[in-house]
Amino acid sequence: MLKLYDVEVASRLLLGTARYPSPAILGEAVRRSQAEIVTVSLRRETAGGKSGGAFFELIRKLGVHVLPNTAGCHSVQEAVLTAKMAREVFRTDWIKLEVIGHHDTLQPDVFGLVEAARILTDEGFQVFPYTTDDLVVAEKLLEAGCRVLMPWCAPIGSAMGPVNAMALKTFRAHFPEVPLIVDAGIGRPSHAASVMELGYDAVLLNTAVAGAGDPPAMAEAFSHAIAAGRLAYKAVPLEPRDMAVPSTPVIGKAVFS
Amino acid sequence: MTFIINGEEQQVAAATLADLLLALDYEGEWLATAVNGELVHREDRAGFKLGERDRIEILSPMQGG
Repeated sequence: MLKLYDVEVASRLLLGTARYPSPAILGEAVRRSQAEIVTVSLRRETAGGKSGGAFFELIRKLGVHVLPNTAGCHSVQEAVLTAKMAREVFRTDWIKLEVIGHHDTLQPDVFGLVEAARILTDEGFQVFPYTTDDLVVAEKLLEAGCRVLMPWCAPIGSAMGPVNAMALKTFRAHFPEVPLIVDAGIGRPSHAASVMELGYDAVLLNTAVAGAGDPPAMAEAFSHAIAAGRLAYKAVPLEPRDMAVPSTPVIGKAVFS
Repeated sequence: MTFIINGEEQQVAAATLADLLLALDYEGEWLATAVNGELVHREDRAGFKLGERDRIEILSPMQGG
């Protein structure tokens, strides 16, 4: 089981709810992913509009934990207010904290992130910070009260997979006791399996499933890959070697010449 | 009075935040409101008096990653 703040879940996949072809496909993808946590957001509602209500009902019927985000926030003030409004709507202290610092890469503004994390923790929030693989920033986030860290492995929606596996490895080694979730940049199930093999506790993804040709099938593929990666990590994989090592023993081999 | 509602200037006859939501047909337990950058809780809307050119944000759930 994976414990995130005071909640325990069996699934190590956190799934985003954006960009699906239809609400029905989103629902089916969540079911087949076996995810127990989904991310959601908030946007301006139009007068008389009921779209937010329909989505709210859809999520409620899925019976999963909800992790609201502050996506699109570029300042501490915006992120903090959005988090408070999300708590009002979704009635959870959980917040996936995003403070975006760069338009092209959607790289987090790590200075604003740490400041917002401190403010929100003081207000009773349980913060899931979307951060980089920078160790010093991660230390500051822990000091600010975060009990989970979510480093990216590549820019959001890029589908590149882990571009710096070494940094992720170091990050894991440096924070052995902190639940670590790779958030952003995953494109394929093999990417998810590879970070799970490094010992990451979970993976958060969205576009890789929503943008696939068959999102529910891809959701299931990710579920298998993440479970396989976790099992492999627990089984202790071999380290790569530079030279060949025969797998078949040579002792007792027949000599024909 | 004139308000800035979700970024757009509008004239609405409303003394409180609850009046304004009613006048504009905003309804639902899933709405969150803020005035001038501060959250206004659901239960405080009826007693929250609005002023000229107050900036009002009305948000609802949507898909997110």
